[in-house]
Amino acid sequence: PRMVLADGSAFDAKTLDDTLKAMAITPEESGDVKIKAPEIAENGAVVPVTVTGPEGTTELSILVENNPNPLAATFILGEGAKPEASTRIKMGKTSNVIALAKVGDKTLSAKQEVKVTIGGCGG
Amino acid sequence: MSSIKLKAKADGDTVEVKALMTHPMETGQRKDKKTGELVPAHFISEIVVTAGDKTVMTANWGASVSKNPYLAFNYAGKAGDKVKLTWKDNKGETDSAETDAA
Amino acid sequence: DASKEGNKTDTKAPSNPYELPAFGNVSLLHYTDCHAQLLPIYFREPNVNIGIGSMKNQVPHLVGEHFLKKYGIEPGTMDAHAFTYIDFAEAAKKYGKVGGFAHLKTLVDQIRAQRPGSLLLDGGDTWQGSWTSLKTNAQDMVDAQLALGVDVMTPHWEMTFGADRVKEIIEKDFAGKLDFVAQNVISTDFEEPVFDPYVIKEINGVPVAIVGQAFPYTPVANPRHLVPDWSFGIRDDRMQEMVDEARGKGAQVVIVLSHNGMDVDLKMASKVTGIDAIMGGHTHDGVFQPVVVENAGGKTLVTNAGSNGKFLGVLDLDVKDGKIADYRYKLLPVFSNLLEADKGMTDLITKIREPYSKELAEELAVCDDTLYRRGNFNGTFDQLICNALMEGLDAPLAFSPGFRWGTSVLPGQPITFEHVADQTAITYGTVTRNEMSGEMIKTILEDVADNLFNPDPYYQQGGDMVRVGGLKFSFDPTAEMGKRVSDMELDGKPLDAAKNYPVAGWASVQEEVPENKQIWEVVADYLRDKKTIGKVELNTPKLKNADGNEGMA
Ligand SMILES: [Mn+2]
Ligand SMILES: [Mn+2]
Repeated sequence: PRMVLADGSAFDAKTLDDTLKAMAITPEESGDVKIKAPEIAENGAVVPVTVTGPEGTTELSILVENNPNPLAATFILGEGAKPEASTRIKMGKTSNVIALAKVGDKTLSAKQEVKVTIGGCGG
Repeated sequence: MSSIKLKAKADGDTVEVKALMTHPMETGQRKDKKTGELVPAHFISEIVVTAGDKTVMTANWGASVSKNPYLAFNYAGKAGDKVKLTWKDNKGETDSAETDAA
Repeated sequence: DASKEGNKTDTKAPSNPYELPAFGNVSLLHYTDCHAQLLPIYFREPNVNIGIGSMKNQVPHLVGEHFLKKYGIEPGTMDAHAFTYIDFAEAAKKYGKVGGFAHLKTLVDQIRAQRPGSLLLDGGDTWQGSWTSLKTNAQDMVDAQLALGVDVMTPHWEMTFGADRVKEIIEKDFAGKLDFVAQNVISTDFEEPVFDPYVIKEINGVPVAIVGQAFPYTPVANPRHLVPDWSFGIRDDRMQEMVDEARGKGAQVVIVLSHNGMDVDLKMASKVTGIDAIMGGHTHDGVFQPVVVENAGGKTLVTNAGSNGKFLGVLDLDVKDGKIADYRYKLLPVFSNLLEADKGMTDLITKIREPYSKELAEELAVCDDTLYRRGNFNGTFDQLICNALMEGLDAPLAFSPGFRWGTSVLPGQPITFEHVADQTAITYGTVTRNEMSGEMIKTILEDVADNLFNPDPYYQQGGDMVRVGGLKFSFDPTAEMGKRVSDMELDGKPLDAAKNYPVAGWASVQEEVPENKQIWEVVADYLRDKKTIGKVELNTPKLKNADGNEGMA
């Protein structure tokens, strides 16, 4: 698991910059990486996220920029795994959710804002 | 009873794996409402999913994955595959579940 | 070609406004957001419905004269009254009440008689909004929908009766009669579909798919604990899959019956391909003509059919060789004086109301102003609710949700308990009194403001701004999140971020709410006590950067 173990502290890093440093990567934004997440979270404690990478992806990661520890999950694709993974994450407040896909020696990224709101009201 | 609900659905040459695990996923940053003390971190840190003798997915997680976590992905496989999911948490506890892809 | 722009209706009032020549071979009738109004009512359209960013001065963010100008409607006409707030009280006296299921039934039957095989679509927010729907657990509206002949529906407020009740109605009352569709609702555990995503019906030999789109933010805008096992969301990738799937099964026409809200529908129409029309609701916009949206696959019509039973949308399609060759659309105002009440529906409504008729008829007070709700920042009826909350719960500040439903009361018309219930009848109506810091108050206002004025419609929830009693503030709809609200003042003093203030409210989305009165009790007590209310002093924020916005009059 190179992406994570570049430096074992990636999960403990407290900022996005430090996390990327600990992972020893410099991601490039790419339309080939997709995030499926709600625009507005129904429940900040359970935010469903699906990340998809292009053909040739070997690892996928989910980061939450404004969480105390941005790195939430890394998925190392095994034999025959499709380049897509889904899980659910905690978000304390509105934040960009970032998807990373490792393809060869490159790391591609995409982001989407997920709003965590107080709720109420309606039409 | 296992703490894992595991589904493996075969559709042609693809198997969709979906799992729900019972686990508190404590961040270590939450205070107990009664005692006011920090609840120690307790979260699943690694998941390995195998299909027969192949490892199809390894997931490394931090504590910001939600309580009673969910994992879903697809791999190239077929009905009848023996799909097994094993998790390990930061306290060294572990559990696993197995199902046949159908 | 279906995409031909232009006015596809004659705006001059014919001698019979309901004379609508049949056109084409596939017709869809659509009403939405009736909010359980079984009887004719008054309903004033808003004079504040601001659009910002790319939505500025665009449909549906045009009010009053701007609306008339856009569609070439003559001032002083029946259409001008139906679609705008202009001279509301006088025009309402002249043209009378609108809606009512007995009158709607007559109109539906008349339109359908000329359009064999047509479908009647119900866009949701049908089960909630009246005393009888609250008291009968929505059974009144379910019976009325079936009697009206609804074919397909999609939900929003329906969900506030709880998941079990929703399932019960679908399985018992609707089975074999009415299709309840919602492609964007999935289970929270394994993310499996909860409802049928769409239904394919044959109209005069043409297979027509109706795809349901429930209100995406139901568990955010309304209590999540009422539907704990269901997840909503916009899910436009699944929408694309469902549209493609329905086409694959032979559907020649694909209609989305949506409760997204108009701005969300417009964005969805630009992203998802293969939809012929999105017939929408939730934002309660009475949209005179469809907006034609271009996307990678062609063009999609987007309509929105107002609220409170006031309108019936009629979309006629001429389908030739598997394609839409041309269309006509008309949003018909339902003027109850011009439509005879259907006998069977009248009997049903009388029977439904009988056990409650006495309490509903109680005259509580009289007001010199028109009482209405719609508007981005406040309405006179909401102001009375805020006043009642502040007085009844002894708080200097009150919050009342920016609901868009609620009927209007003319000046001098007695305010009955039924009118109060029309603004307040919800399954979580307990009033609350909380201590909130000035900082918290600001956070709440900013949060709700972003749900209304986020430049990306997918981040909007489609209600109006929370109504605020007591607090004065300035508001810039064009500013970014966290910077829209400023100059907050209470009793002439700046609001102190660190100080705690008592705030009265209602409709908490939390599961645990301290026991207290229901909002309709607090408002009715207040009105009984006052008996006469002169002019209503509307507390609205001082607006910044809104000059020249055609969503304001
Ligand atoms: Mn509505
Ligand atoms: Mn609605």
